Amino acid sequence: MKRYLVQRIGFMLVTLFVIVTITFFLMQLLPGTPFTNPEKLTNQQLLVLNAKYGLDQPLGIQYIRYLGNLVQGDLGYSFQNVGRSVSSIIGERIGPSAFLGLQALIFGSIIGLILGIVSALKHNTLFDYGSVTLAVLGMSIPSFVFAALLQYYVGVKLEWLPVALWEGYSSTILPSFALSVIVIATVARFIRSEMLEVIGQDYVITARAKGITEQQVIVKHVIRNALIPVVTMLGPLAVAIMTGTLVIEKIFAVPGLGEQFTLSIIVLDYSVIMGIAIFYSALFIIVIFLVDILYGFLDPRISYKGEAG
Amino acid sequence: MKREIKNSIFMSLLVFTLILSGCNFNSSNEEETTDTEGNVVANQSLNMTASADIPTLDSTKAHDGIAFTVLNNVNEGLYRQDENNLPIKALASEHVESEDKVVHTFTLRDSKWSNGDPVTAQDFEYAWKRVMKENSPYAFMFVTAGIKNAEAIMNEEKDADELGIKAIDEKTLEVTLESANPLFQTLLTFPTFLPQNQKFVEELGDQYALEFDGILYNGPFKLVEWTHDQGWKYEKNENYWDKDSVKLDNVNVYVVKDSSTGVNLYETNKVDRVELTSALVDQYKTDENFDTILEPEIIFLRFNHNHPVLGNKDIRKAVNMAIGKQDLTDIILKDGSTPLNGVVPSGFFKSPEGKDYRDLNGDFNTGTVEEAQELWAKGLKETGQTEVTVSINIADSDDHKKVAEYIQAQLEDNLPGFKMEIKAVPFAQRLEIEKAIEYDMSLSSWGPDYSDPMTYLDMWLKGGSANRMDYHNPDLDALVTEARNETDLSKRYVMLLDLEKILLEEDAAIAPLYQEGTAVLMRSKIKNLLVHPTGAAFTFKWTTIEE
Repeated sequence: MKRYLVQRIGFMLVTLFVIVTITFFLMQLLPGTPFTNPEKLTNQQLLVLNAKYGLDQPLGIQYIRYLGNLVQGDLGYSFQNVGRSVSSIIGERIGPSAFLGLQALIFGSIIGLILGIVSALKHNTLFDYGSVTLAVLGMSIPSFVFAALLQYYVGVKLEWLPVALWEGYSSTILPSFALSVIVIATVARFIRSEMLEVIGQDYVITARAKGITEQQVIVKHVIRNALIPVVTMLGPLAVAIMTGTLVIEKIFAVPGLGEQFTLSIIVLDYSVIMGIAIFYSALFIIVIFLVDILYGFLDPRISYKGEAG
Repeated sequence: MKREIKNSIFMSLLVFTLILSGCNFNSSNEEETTDTEGNVVANQSLNMTASADIPTLDSTKAHDGIAFTVLNNVNEGLYRQDENNLPIKALASEHVESEDKVVHTFTLRDSKWSNGDPVTAQDFEYAWKRVMKENSPYAFMFVTAGIKNAEAIMNEEKDADELGIKAIDEKTLEVTLESANPLFQTLLTFPTFLPQNQKFVEELGDQYALEFDGILYNGPFKLVEWTHDQGWKYEKNENYWDKDSVKLDNVNVYVVKDSSTGVNLYETNKVDRVELTSALVDQYKTDENFDTILEPEIIFLRFNHNHPVLGNKDIRKAVNMAIGKQDLTDIILKDGSTPLNGVVPSGFFKSPEGKDYRDLNGDFNTGTVEEAQELWAKGLKETGQTEVTVSINIADSDDHKKVAEYIQAQLEDNLPGFKMEIKAVPFAQRLEIEKAIEYDMSLSSWGPDYSDPMTYLDMWLKGGSANRMDYHNPDLDALVTEARNETDLSKRYVMLLDLEKILLEEDAAIAPLYQEGTAVLMRSKIKNLLVHPTGAAFTFKWTTIEE
């Protein structure tokens, strides 16, 4: 196990390094300059600015310099938000994004689980068909459509919740809900089909034959076993939520990281693009790692020997 | 199993609460709790949106309308813009010019920074030299203003300390120009020319201007809150020298990046003024608070003057005439844009006699489709072609794509033998392609740097960084130089009118398409909210709320 962990963390670092490298060079292929007001900059000014920020150096040298700073934990300074460090930009904006993401994940998993379990138990009933239809809709309609509908009907028409902005807990409900739709749909569909599969397994028939109550059969044997594969969904769902926040944050005017990321790409704020890309990738890599570890704990059939990595 | 579940639920709740406590919701909580107090001030409180966060509060480094707007309202320079966008004396109580109009001496009013220090002439000298030292994005404004040595400093031939500004004593400031400049006062309203308190700036070092308490205020308002990417709040500055003119108690600004979100906030009374995209215009154009305002941004076609066919003047004129500009703005765009048949937009630039530039110069190169076809046939004959295929370089925004498709349809229908392909690229690349002149036609935009027609006219100088189409007319170059030195404003204005005639009547160098407009919803109780074409977007100093 120990050896596996060491190996795994090694691979994670290599992955991150590859991502940093690819992002760095791809980003340089984008046309334009990171400086503000490119339309008005004269060539002379551009030369001076490039020299000031080391952008006149060969790409290789810039890259090595960046890596050097990165190892020391220095992500550099934003070009657009003059004088502000990339780490402070990420630090200020990660709170709202993380909050929305986690809340959506929790909201979504709970509702999804209930929906999925009930429809599996009431297999082929109206409730089942209804929730399957809902799940398919939830999967196929993009979250920003829900976001706009929620904002208009719940916020403007009914005035139950704030339309947008980041002002107190009530303003987090609509964006979290819009984000969680995809989670609800995925979890519900997944748990339903897993349950249906488990219900037909021999050990469930054995459990029933032992004469324990139906409730115990469902809770102890069916749901528990059906839950295991759901854990594998958490990784991809976390990814779906993080990409979802890019749009949701814009619609609900949430001061989060996703909005900042798109903006930095549009204005070619090199250091911010790199900083957020590294942050997101590191986050993904860690989530996937944790899910793998968790999976090992939940399913005794999987064991992480040294060779497994 | 049960205990595990309990534990994990407990853990997730714990994590959740920790995050919740760390995600600093906006002040509105406070606002709501201080509602009783809020009711008292509610009458003179304005709620606005902004499309992005403030990039910086450092006036020497500010580079966009959002920062300029904030600085214009929280600081005071020598001049500020009035309701006609003309310069009026602000911190300068007196302005004396030397005979040759090269040396300007300003006397400052008694006024204080928000830390109690007096605002002195040294504060101006320090800030202006700082702009040059830092090679700030708007350092070129000092060159445009013609301040002595500014150009040499930018070209790194002179030191920033040699800039033509000197504090004679605490209250007297002397500015020396390279030569007389009729634009000088107008440019002084620009936030790049604001003063800064040296002691305070140096004390904060690299933390200067990063937060609302990181700068000093000497203007009509001061910031009392700024939460990044969420919004900021202005409060009336009780130490402002002219505080009796300021009626608003506070202004709340929320960062809202999506315009439908803005409209929804307007509908729920959260904000008082929002801008609409064309998709929302149809829905609101009958609303009593709906209005369209002209913008100083112009959209036009550049031609590559080295192109074998487009290099021909008659062809360019034909292209210009063959496009139905009225339909373009009314049917395709319908966002308040208006057709433009000149290079200087209407509504912003008045002659010393008070007449609008556009009214004085009228329309250029307008005509029927038949006239366009005649010119087209003539041009083709001159260039020895029967048909032409050109490409158009555009930025891949929705609006520009719609415009390009419309132009394509119009030109291919109206000009026999004309074929056009659209090449949409990201904005930055459109600019690169233009700068390299590697296009046939390019859908371009231009916004003014300062409130004077010259900002649209001197860009066509040979080799100018905004020419970008190898256009050259020695007459235009000579007249620009002449106008730059003409201090008789009426004579100068005639030259400015003539410059446009050279560019369009004589050369049809570009094909102007439209002047941008913005559709807005604004509550009628808001009076005297000044909207400016350049620099700061708004002045709140004289704004009032009438119930």
